[in-house]
Amino acid sequence: MSSEDQASSASRTPESGITRFFNLFGLRVIRLNNSLGAIAVFFFRSFVMIFRLKQIPEIVQQIYFIGAKSAQIVMLVGFFTGMVLGLQLYYVLIKFGSAGVLGTAVALSLIRELGPVLTAIMITARAGSSMTAEIGIQRISEQIDALYTMRIDPLGYLVSPRIVAGIISFPILTAFFDLIGIIGGWVSGCVLLGVNSGSYFSRVISSTAMEDITGGFIKSVVFAILVVTICCFQGFFTHMRTDSYGAKSVSYSTTSAVVLSCVMILISDYAVTSIIL
Amino acid sequence: MEKEPLIEFQKVTKRFDTRTILDQVDLKIYEGEVTTIIGLSGTGKSVTLKHIIGLLFPDEGRILYRGKPLGRMTKTEWNEYIGQISYMFQNNALFDSMTVFENVALPLQQKTGLSKKTIEEKAMARIEQTDLTEVAHIYPSEISGGMQKRAALARALVTDPKIVLFDEPTTGQDPVRKNAILGMVAQYQKKFGFTAVLISHEIPDVFFISNRILALYDKKIVFEGPPEKFESLDHPFLDELVGSLEGLQQELTGLYSRRHFKVRYQTDFSRRNPDDTYVAAVFKLEDMDTIGERIGHDAAQQIMRTIGSYIYKHFGAVGAFSSRQTIDEFGTVLPFSNMEEAESILADFTDDFQKHGMKELECALDRPSKAEDFYELTVLAGLAQGKPQVEIESIMEFARYKQEPIARFKCSFGGIMK
Repeated sequence: MSSEDQASSASRTPESGITRFFNLFGLRVIRLNNSLGAIAVFFFRSFVMIFRLKQIPEIVQQIYFIGAKSAQIVMLVGFFTGMVLGLQLYYVLIKFGSAGVLGTAVALSLIRELGPVLTAIMITARAGSSMTAEIGIQRISEQIDALYTMRIDPLGYLVSPRIVAGIISFPILTAFFDLIGIIGGWVSGCVLLGVNSGSYFSRVISSTAMEDITGGFIKSVVFAILVVTICCFQGFFTHMRTDSYGAKSVSYSTTSAVVLSCVMILISDYAVTSIIL
Repeated sequence: MEKEPLIEFQKVTKRFDTRTILDQVDLKIYEGEVTTIIGLSGTGKSVTLKHIIGLLFPDEGRILYRGKPLGRMTKTEWNEYIGQISYMFQNNALFDSMTVFENVALPLQQKTGLSKKTIEEKAMARIEQTDLTEVAHIYPSEISGGMQKRAALARALVTDPKIVLFDEPTTGQDPVRKNAILGMVAQYQKKFGFTAVLISHEIPDVFFISNRILALYDKKIVFEGPPEKFESLDHPFLDELVGSLEGLQQELTGLYSRRHFKVRYQTDFSRRNPDDTYVAAVFKLEDMDTIGERIGHDAAQQIMRTIGSYIYKHFGAVGAFSSRQTIDEFGTVLPFSNMEEAESILADFTDDFQKHGMKELECALDRPSKAEDFYELTVLAGLAQGKPQVEIESIMEFARYKQEPIARFKCSFGGIMK
């Protein structure tokens, strides 16, 4: 057998299971790495385009869409989250005779964790998905190409105002969520279960430090950047999907955007919490 | 000395995955001309156009702008180059969440420092020129396909570009509006002097407005030159594309295409006795550009269509064959008639057209005039006698020379006065 034949037969040798696993794993890691790099470049290019005077009307419009129009649903969820917290914590604390600290427990849970996380998830579901769909449709109907031909930077025109609007809206909506949640806790804990209202609010005020509020806001800003960037990225590159085409690719991109945003909210929540604490 | 091309493709190859779309394409586009790219569907016409505006880049070869490769331009040069090009997309690419006015005004709002009032004036001027005033403040999805096309045209022209790329501007339009759009392109091109690159299947109509034709076939440019030369191209492309289109056109209008007109002339007269005579007639709608501006391009095309149908009605009956020669002119050959008979038919035609033809047009003309209350429509006709051995072009030229008004109408708001 010649050396060429040997080489050829070696190349035809089936991959072993372990080799295939590492090949696949390596491929995934490379793809993930590429995607993260692309998202980072996408964000920074969009971010630098924020500082244009002509952005203001677009930003205001996006604040209305992301912020004002999400306020009702965020407050509704906040109210019931607060009520559930009040209810659950009351029955736990009563076992230790500590029902008086209900205000502390509700307020800190909401301000530090649940407020920023649930607000971000709600905005992802309501505004993030529509951002992806809107930009995705603009991509497949060549509207984004039309912007290029008019020398309008699509990142500056479509993505930058959304990033600014997200950075402004997320903390404000988080504040609404926290406030309404605390009221929800009061309704279930004090109005329905009989905890003293004065004690509840006194504990809320005394146990909440400025660092808790700042920490919550930092998280909400991080979530805003992540959610808006991921959702816009998915829509913007809808046409690059290899698993689908046209309307279906918009649908898949929207699903990916929501799932990925939610996962990233939870992962980054842990990361930011560990840095803050 | 050969003219320097404005844009030149040198051995441009483009592949999508393993599929080659353009293979070593060479082409030239000259300043101030209307260049039309024709070809069958899926042969890479839009891909070619997208290379010019930088939406796609070649895998091999290079594209030059005034002799400078696009790939070697600095950012400033690139911005300057792109800044003078407008692109009208095949599917219009209008922003569906913006009104027609907002769509047209967008490039001005985003890329110029003009005041709000100036932007509004410029955008509204383009909207009026494209007959979209009534729909200016509604969304693209609420207007017809033809109106969407015109909105895209208005947006492409609002920045007064130096180069305009039209990707199938007449797709999805009815025959009258197709000609109206082509007429509008020709008129604006003359008015503003931009370089136009069109993709179109409207053969031969698009030839009337084109200075150069580029035929894309099997991934390559198989013809590059003036429309007259294209008609004598000996290539399978003509059989595939032109043949089918001509057949359809003939069936629909009763008039021949210009190419078929010539073929019929050559076939009929090659075997005729050199002493035989025939008559050629040339009909022209005077000052069509102005009429288009006054009453709208659709109405102007409607007038041409009506003239065409009356020519076919009167002259077709005696074995004559006709074709639309240019955007505002028809040519007819009466192979078996002498001058006396031709004059008599022309008199009947004139009488019938004055009595009934213009009445048919009242619907098309029953619209407010934009500039002034009155305008005049004049139809000219000329007859010339020819012999088989003489070139048809010279006989037609003589008929043009002898043209005189056969019908003149004064029109106002609400239609024709007399």
